Amino acid sequence: MGNLEIKLKVDASGLSCPMPIVKAAQGIKTIGPGELMEVIATDPGSVKDFAAWAGSTGNALVESDSADGKYRFVVRHK
Amino acid sequence: MDETISLVLFSGTDDKLQAAATLAAGAAALGRPVKIFLQFWALDAFRADLINADHGLAAEAGEAGKAAVAAAEKAGQARWPETLRAAKELGEVDIQACSASMAMLKLGQSDLDPLVDGIEGVAAFFIKAGEGQIVFI
Repeated sequence: MGNLEIKLKVDASGLSCPMPIVKAAQGIKTIGPGELMEVIATDPGSVKDFAAWAGSTGNALVESDSADGKYRFVVRHK
Repeated sequence: MDETISLVLFSGTDDKLQAAATLAAGAAALGRPVKIFLQFWALDAFRADLINADHGLAAEAGEAGKAAVAAAEKAGQARWPETLRAAKELGEVDIQACSASMAMLKLGQSDLDPLVDGIEGVAAFFIKAGEGQIVFI
């Protein structure tokens, strides 16, 4: 992880469903096509939610990992 | 496939309204149109003078449930009006009051919170729901 250029960082730590994907959907609108957004969340449901959200909106989930109770997602704007 | 999700809100307790707001915001995040139809006690909870009041919890919550909800709020979980406002900013979320419930509760649109977009009858609701799923809460 780590060598991609992140355009926008969104911290959704401590927020429960659906706020991590709501924040992601808000954030992705503010960056351009091909640019990357990183989201940090602590809601365990966000792992499946981000996969579903990316798949359904056509944005690419390029990284999804977790450590120490935090989940990190990198999404490329379509 | 019709992607519209329609939520009929009947219950006016904070837990059921929170569950509904969660569904609405999740659907909006996915880019799906959301139609919300307010009846009976859910409509009453959208009154401008009551929307931020304590609407209690469903009977099955019990004491342990009340404590769990209070702890989630204390930890900063958004209340349902705030979740619905986020959903409306994000996508196409249309909230309509049931005209029969408006008459029963003796309310006019000016009595309602601005989250409510208008008043309609059940036929208009079904036409807008189209072939999409309808959920009753």
